[in-house]
Amino acid sequence: MNTSEAVRERVLIPVAAEGLTEERIAYLEGLVGQARTAAAVFTQFTQEDVDRIVKPMVLAGLEQAQYLARLAVEETKLGVMEDKVLKNMVATEFAYDYVKDKRTVGIIREIPERNLVEMAEPIGVIFSLTPITNPTSTVLFKCIMAIKTRNAVIFSPHPNAWRCCSEAVRIMYEAALKHGAPEGVFSCLESHTLQDNAYLMRHKDVRLIDATGGPGAVKAAYSSGKPALGVGAGNTPVYLEKTADLNTAVVDIIVSKTFDNGTICASEQTVVIDDEIYDPVLKKFADLGAHICNEKETELLGRTVIDPKTGFMQGMAVGQKATDIARLAGLSVKPDTKLLIAPIHGVGREHPLSAETLFPVLAVYRAKSVDEALKVCVDVNHAGGLGHTAVIFSRNDEIIRKFGEVMNAGRIIVNSPGSVGALGGVYNDLVPTFSFGCGTGGGNSTTDNTNIYHYLNIKRVARRTQAHMWYRVPNQIYFNMNAVENVRDLPSRCTIIITNPSLEKFGHVDIVRRYISPQTHVHVSVIPDAEPEIKVIMQGVEALTFYKADQIIALGGGSVIDAAKIMKLKYESPQADLEELAAPFLDLRKRVVEYPTEKVNRVRLVAIPTTSGTGSEVTPFAVLTDKERRRKVTLADYSLTPDVAIVDPQFVLSMPKGLTADTGIDCLTHALEAAVSSYASPYTDCNAMQAIRMVFKYLPIAYEHPRDEEARCMMHNAACIAAMAFSNASVGVNHALAHAFGAHFGVAHGRANALMLPHVIAYNAAVPTKFVPSPYQKGHVAHNKYATIADLLGLGGHTVEEKVKNLITAVEQLLDQLEFPRSIAELGISKEDFERAIPELTSLAFDDPSGRSNPRMPLMTELADLFRSAYQGRGLTKGAKTFQKRTA
Amino acid sequence: MAAIAEWLKIDEERAVQALQEAGGTMDSREGDLLLDFSCIRRIQPSSLKVMEEFAGIADGKGVKIVLRGVSVDVYRVFKLVKLASRFSFVS
Repeated sequence: MNTSEAVRERVLIPVAAEGLTEERIAYLEGLVGQARTAAAVFTQFTQEDVDRIVKPMVLAGLEQAQYLARLAVEETKLGVMEDKVLKNMVATEFAYDYVKDKRTVGIIREIPERNLVEMAEPIGVIFSLTPITNPTSTVLFKCIMAIKTRNAVIFSPHPNAWRCCSEAVRIMYEAALKHGAPEGVFSCLESHTLQDNAYLMRHKDVRLIDATGGPGAVKAAYSSGKPALGVGAGNTPVYLEKTADLNTAVVDIIVSKTFDNGTICASEQTVVIDDEIYDPVLKKFADLGAHICNEKETELLGRTVIDPKTGFMQGMAVGQKATDIARLAGLSVKPDTKLLIAPIHGVGREHPLSAETLFPVLAVYRAKSVDEALKVCVDVNHAGGLGHTAVIFSRNDEIIRKFGEVMNAGRIIVNSPGSVGALGGVYNDLVPTFSFGCGTGGGNSTTDNTNIYHYLNIKRVARRTQAHMWYRVPNQIYFNMNAVENVRDLPSRCTIIITNPSLEKFGHVDIVRRYISPQTHVHVSVIPDAEPEIKVIMQGVEALTFYKADQIIALGGGSVIDAAKIMKLKYESPQADLEELAAPFLDLRKRVVEYPTEKVNRVRLVAIPTTSGTGSEVTPFAVLTDKERRRKVTLADYSLTPDVAIVDPQFVLSMPKGLTADTGIDCLTHALEAAVSSYASPYTDCNAMQAIRMVFKYLPIAYEHPRDEEARCMMHNAACIAAMAFSNASVGVNHALAHAFGAHFGVAHGRANALMLPHVIAYNAAVPTKFVPSPYQKGHVAHNKYATIADLLGLGGHTVEEKVKNLITAVEQLLDQLEFPRSIAELGISKEDFERAIPELTSLAFDDPSGRSNPRMPLMTELADLFRSAYQGRGLTKGAKTFQKRTA
Repeated sequence: MAAIAEWLKIDEERAVQALQEAGGTMDSREGDLLLDFSCIRRIQPSSLKVMEEFAGIADGKGVKIVLRGVSVDVYRVFKLVKLASRFSFVS
């Protein structure tokens, strides 16, 4: 392989090698190769190994702080040596203080309450650009971060700061090596070109570019196609608000703006001063060594230090002393002048000194109001300083908050110097850094003070959580013959009985009234014997409001109880928007809409069912019909659950045979679906299993001998118990199919369920085509659950397959006993009509929320197959055959 | 009768030397070069350099280098420096 082939292999974009000799490429490859090996070897190091290296490095940096500062000033001709010593010390000591106790290897954070563990993964090889303004301090800081995080770094210093930076790298490298760091962990490019940088930025073994430098370098880093950390340009607005401590503020600003001759990009640029304090503030500045420029001086200064073509600062002024800058501009100032203050009257190109100036020249602006001051600060912020730093001096919390809101700055420094404040750890608890992330405003990926966590990949180990489940039923359930007597113990001033005409005619209402206290005002509201409409609901709410009722007794089947639930909801919370509350949801506890908790009225809902099937007396569901829009609205929330359920079989003794069968199979379907639901729990299982046993034992008796009180009583209880199961575990695809089919062809709900049931058991017991995500279950258990049910029913069988087959057979036998049709075809629906309806039925069934808790994710094609199976009908062997075919 | 494979144990303290010695046997070797890494807890850059060199030699001579007892930490280093594919690993 020749060199150019090698380059193509190693570099993401071959063009990056253009302009480089083979020798240069070999040199750069050598740097990357040794860094890659060092980074790889570093992955074997423990936290203790790493910490053993970091501390001596820090000490070495501290020992050499003055030496490096001197070198930096000599080489770059920028800044103040004494300040650079301080910077080097902050870069080592303060950085160490921040990182010393931090875990950066292996597990770095444990969040037991969320079953989460965070682990550190090093980046690998980092290519790091360092600036001319803070050369050695940036190198020291990055070396400490890199070792703490087990990364290797190739440094590319600013060309005019190469000597001091390479010396800083050497000092850090030697200290690290001496204490066990891998060879090659740090290197520094020898005199280099932009091509070198381009080549390394695009090298596939360089994993991250950390570009602390000018806009060109940062842009190149972000354009390289590599993950990059960059800094943005600064233009720090300062609001000096009238409530501020002026002495502190003025000194802080001088400290900051003169620190290292203003080379820190977070230093103050334009100070916006409230009118009331403007003159005294300027006087304080002057008293402390600032020169306040007049208009002419300001103009001269602007023309000198800002390039009129670009609007950016002139390089020759960066990091120079105030007196030198004054001399350059031809201003006459005192020899001990620390700072040049230039009053400006606006922000933008017409006001050159409103731009960023990395030297001790400070623009000031007189603001007539807080509003004007904030707006000027926004202008400065948007004039090249987005995402960087903003400063406010104030004692007014409201104004500080507002300033924080309107400034787009990663660091908003309050009552302290901008530059030293932004570095972190000195005046505040910001993370110490020498690299300021400026967010998207500055074209960066973060607003953070760059720190060790940006030199790590954080891995999150997410253990399966034991999902919280629930079991919610009414507070009071009274059951067995004459349980209605318990109404006597429910105090009420005014009770509304919601019922339907036939029940009133049968005398059921009179039975209930017998147990209501004579002192209670009772009003009977008779509603049609059909799924409630909105109009009916609102009439009921009017009655409740008119009588100021404190109790509703819902006496009837599912429709009456559902109507009462919605009446209660609207009576207690008139603002409830039924349409919004009916919005679809996946998980009851994470749903978007919230049921109202604020109530203007309070009413107790007592549900007395007169059929043994829906279980509405204990469920949190209610269905109403929106006739205008020709659709059903399903509401689901535990706040809809009745407060009291009275399960008294005397109200079902007169149920006709057909209704007994339909509601009984509805109850069985509830229990079977709850048992295998993806939300099933041991709490719901015991309800479901018991209900299934009771149905198999007592439904045939209740059907054949309607006046058999024991059978009626047990079926009435079974319906309630099954409902407690599905209230908490939900139902499944059988209900989804039955809802769609029943509504389309006008078939009673229980009958529609019966037509689907054997086919659905076989379908659910088979290995799913598509498994359903279910945090509540461990594996696919539906077939085992069915087998358990078969065992409970004593159906025999040696294997799971045999038991499921026997269960299907038992269900089919029960349906035959109850004289259900064996197929949809038997209902007189033509095959053509049915086939035509299948696409719509399938779509409706798929959208039905009942199917979401099915143990098997129903595919559209499978739903269509299930409809077709139900159409063709069952035989005693059909379900078993289907099951065998699917399991095969 | 099939020959019993001889594993060359690489000691962590003198890994480079041991690897160099093992590499030196490649000229006269007909079968695989079998290296036992079970004593290597942590691999150093110098060892990796030797490994890279004799992976190249082995490629040229058609000798297969088999490593056994490599810890997962060391195995990860081989992956990171892209050497893993040049050796065979056995438990």
